[in-house]
Amino acid sequence: MADVKLTHVKKIYSNNVEVLKDINLDIKQGEFIVFVGPSGCGKSTLLRMISGLEEISAGTLEIDGEVVNDIPPALRGIAMVFQSYALYPHMTVYDNMAFSLQIAKVKKDDVDKQVRKAADMLQLTPYLDRLPKALSGGQRQRVAIGRAIVRRPKVFLFDEPLSNLDAALRVATRMEIANLKDSMPDSTMIYVTHDQVEAMTLADRIVLLSGGNIEQVGSPLELYEHPANVFVAKFIGSPAMNIIPCRVEATGDQTTVSLPDTSTVQTPVVTASSEQSKAAFFGIRPEDVGVVDTKEEAFVSGEVSFVESLGEATLLYVKVSGCEDMVIAKQAGTLATKRGDIVHLSAGPEKMHLFDENEQSYKREA
Amino acid sequence: MGQLASALLTMILGVLGCAAYFYGSNALLDKIFPTKKGNAQTVAHNLRIANMVRPWLFLGPAVLLLTFYLFYPVIDSIRLSFFGRSGEEFVGLSNYIWLFHSDEFFESFRNNMLWLVFVPTAATFFGLIIATMTDRIWWGNIAKSLIFMPMAISFVGASVIWKFIYDYRSGGDDQIGLLNALVVFFGGEPQTWIAIPFWNNFFLMIILVWIQTGFAMVILSAALRGIPDETIEAAVLDGASGVQIFFKIMVPQIWGTIAVVWTTITILVLKVFDIVLAMTNGQWGTQVLANQMFDWMFRGGGDFGRGAVVAIVIMVLVIPIMVWNIKRANAEMEGR
Amino acid sequence: MITSSKRTPLTYLVHATVLFLVIMWTIPTAGLFISSIRDKDQLSVSGWWTALSTSTQQLVTRANDPSTQTLEGGLYLIQGNIFDGAPGEVTKFGSSSLKPDAFDVGTKVELKRGQTLQVMKNGDYTFASPTEWKGSRSSRIFYTAETPPRFTLDNYREVLSAEGLGQSFINSLTVTIPATIIPILVAAFAAYALAWMSFPGRALLLAAVVGLLVVPLQMSLIPLLKSYNLIGEFFGVGSKTYVGIWLAHTGFGLPLAIYLLRNYIAGLPSEIIESARVDGASDFDIFRKIVLPLSFPALASFAIFQFLWVWNDLLIAMVFLGNDAEHLVLTGQLRELLGSRGGNWEILTASAFITIIIPVCVFFGLQRYLVRGLLAGSVK
Repeated sequence: MADVKLTHVKKIYSNNVEVLKDINLDIKQGEFIVFVGPSGCGKSTLLRMISGLEEISAGTLEIDGEVVNDIPPALRGIAMVFQSYALYPHMTVYDNMAFSLQIAKVKKDDVDKQVRKAADMLQLTPYLDRLPKALSGGQRQRVAIGRAIVRRPKVFLFDEPLSNLDAALRVATRMEIANLKDSMPDSTMIYVTHDQVEAMTLADRIVLLSGGNIEQVGSPLELYEHPANVFVAKFIGSPAMNIIPCRVEATGDQTTVSLPDTSTVQTPVVTASSEQSKAAFFGIRPEDVGVVDTKEEAFVSGEVSFVESLGEATLLYVKVSGCEDMVIAKQAGTLATKRGDIVHLSAGPEKMHLFDENEQSYKREA
Repeated sequence: MGQLASALLTMILGVLGCAAYFYGSNALLDKIFPTKKGNAQTVAHNLRIANMVRPWLFLGPAVLLLTFYLFYPVIDSIRLSFFGRSGEEFVGLSNYIWLFHSDEFFESFRNNMLWLVFVPTAATFFGLIIATMTDRIWWGNIAKSLIFMPMAISFVGASVIWKFIYDYRSGGDDQIGLLNALVVFFGGEPQTWIAIPFWNNFFLMIILVWIQTGFAMVILSAALRGIPDETIEAAVLDGASGVQIFFKIMVPQIWGTIAVVWTTITILVLKVFDIVLAMTNGQWGTQVLANQMFDWMFRGGGDFGRGAVVAIVIMVLVIPIMVWNIKRANAEMEGR
Repeated sequence: MITSSKRTPLTYLVHATVLFLVIMWTIPTAGLFISSIRDKDQLSVSGWWTALSTSTQQLVTRANDPSTQTLEGGLYLIQGNIFDGAPGEVTKFGSSSLKPDAFDVGTKVELKRGQTLQVMKNGDYTFASPTEWKGSRSSRIFYTAETPPRFTLDNYREVLSAEGLGQSFINSLTVTIPATIIPILVAAFAAYALAWMSFPGRALLLAAVVGLLVVPLQMSLIPLLKSYNLIGEFFGVGSKTYVGIWLAHTGFGLPLAIYLLRNYIAGLPSEIIESARVDGASDFDIFRKIVLPLSFPALASFAIFQFLWVWNDLLIAMVFLGNDAEHLVLTGQLRELLGSRGGNWEILTASAFITIIIPVCVFFGLQRYLVRGLLAGSVK
């Protein structure tokens, strides 16, 4: 059992800056967890606290049911893959992978067996005698992973392992990591990235952090479909969800809000009567916005101020009166719409999101 | 051969002893507080202790040596400056009073100031010029090597080299010193260069400039290469001339490095001693503080108190640079 | 940099200027070297730049002593050659220091008591006397000679044996090698601790190191000498020992060593150090297996620095090792010669060249590392 459990974990630096505030998280054995968030949100710090490289200021960290706050990294049963790979430049691939075992004074034969097995698994056997500088970026990345595998850890930690690779290699390595996970279903993996695509494709569960807080924990689709707040809504998905400030006009099983351009929209969101007349935020993803012919079918209308043709899709940036941000509509294929055209935008009610004045999502009707 | 063998033996013993300390002390620590195996809580406990002790095992010899060889002597020099010639009887400020009534001190102080102004400026200036020019020619690296070479020569060796250049033969004889030969060739009178009052200081300073220019050149050359090409290309597009580019674009960007070079040489100049000792031994008005201190301490003077007072003066002159250095290092650490 | 593909007058000016400066910078050393391999008689009367041309000299030599005289045709003759087989041409000669160029070659000169002296162009001389030559002292011959350039290693032979430079050379090595290695070891450990370990007072210690960087070491001499005397008495050995000077050089070299090495070691990628920590390495393991091999360039550059500094040092050697012949290092020896043999340029130049040859070789061989180290210390 290699559960990882964080209870009221905090990180406060000596200058009293609180970078992580009261983190509570339960990670089950065999899960692939991705910490994602904008830079400076504390995701790397959290990972480094789990690894033992960073001290835990308050709260407890349990791995495998044991509190490990004071246990050195090497004895926590973890292995870490670093962003820059952190290969030892003066050692061969073999020595890089064998280093931790040699430090632990494992018998030579066992070291050899384990290193060769890992090398085989990652197709690194032909490169065992090379120095890291003679390897390509992808190969280096695999050595870094191999170094982690050799230790047979309970928990794998990945700190932005793909950010130093170019785009094509990133996709390939992403798939390799997914395969690695499949081949080791019992290992827990914790993965840090700022790239939401990596998070969406790899994770069993995503932990979205911002400003030292967990914003939401859930499966990738949960986060996409039911963002808990405006921040999550805007962070997951590209282009980001349109958020339009509005006012609650009618509450109940269906909530009616008025948008800044005075049009009103009825959303299938349940609100209490106490919310009446309060400020709120209406959200709709660009890919859920349609273009319709008449104003009657639309929830909002405006002038196209910018058109981006991407080939497979077209992005319309629509200036809606009273709205500070432009509303983006993503349409399949290419469109004849030009700058200056007036368009009417529609959306299916089930795709609409509504957030309260504190930017938290209203509970949707179950 | 016997001496060579025993020298070799002491050498090996000395080096081994040093290495043995580091190995031994760390192995001992790992033995008493094992951190690689065993019960997790014990390990955590051991690790905490090991992490507290180990830095001091690493730092121990360095801290001891620094304290004994540099820190304690500074304090003791300050104390000695208030004591008499043997360092035993307290004499209050009389050493300081003597100092400020001593003509020799003012002569050395004036000379030191001359050195401080002339040597760093000239070495930095030549270094910058040479760095700029050698970067543009194909044999620049060879030229740099040759100009850098005097760095490897001892001050005494350099003094012999230059004494030979300044050599003087009376009247009718052939001059074997290059400088006098040139003077005679152009119809002048040969001179005893290192005995000409006041100007002889400059003939000594030239030796240090000769040694230090290479240092300035190497560092400034690296700094010049660190200047982003774009800024120079932009200036070219803006229509700046070569000289304008040099003074308005390049020099401002390496200002920090120029300051570092300048202060490094300044510190060296304050300590300059060997050149004066070997060339003139402070005669003919070339005395400098460091040599004067040495005189009082170990030669005719034999007065520890007065020697210490001169040392204090040097120290005081160094303090601004010290403060600046510490500030710079701190700023650098925060930037990390 | 600005690179111009065309050869403009400016480029020529740059070439010319650099060439001029390079010549200015190398001429002093070149002069020393050329002088050191010249014949000592030529060296002291003509500039080294004339080394390749024939020189005219006023010289004096001693004839063979009377024990070599032969009897020939009723005259006692002492014969020999001024140049001893070396090439040369005599133009004038004389028998007293008052008139060294009184006679042309070939003339037979009357000396006192019927004795005669004849010097030939090729340097052959003949003293003739009707009576037997007495005494053991030989007569002097003054002459003016045209000598072709002569290069010789005699000067080196002389300084290495007679002037004790060989001994000093060994002394210098004995001082230099441990005084280079020990500070590297001590400083590398300290630099690692300052860069990668956390302990109370780290910032203060680092500031202290930077501060001590500029302390004039002359300040230390008196207090240290007193301490050395005490310690020497305690152990019953003299105060001037090799161990003493090694440690002194170590102490004085440490601030720079720690500063340089810390800059370099702190610049190593933190992830590598952390990775080793996750792999279970202790700080000592990390230092030995990761940091030390990776810091080789910095260690090498400091080693060169320290080597040059110790080898070239005069002050510390004079104070802590003393001036007796047994302990004198090369720089000290050179300074002694400068004092005692100030006029003997053949000795000075050869000695100076011997003292500078090792550092200059080290310098040219390892310049790359030296430059790297300099930059690590200064350019940020």
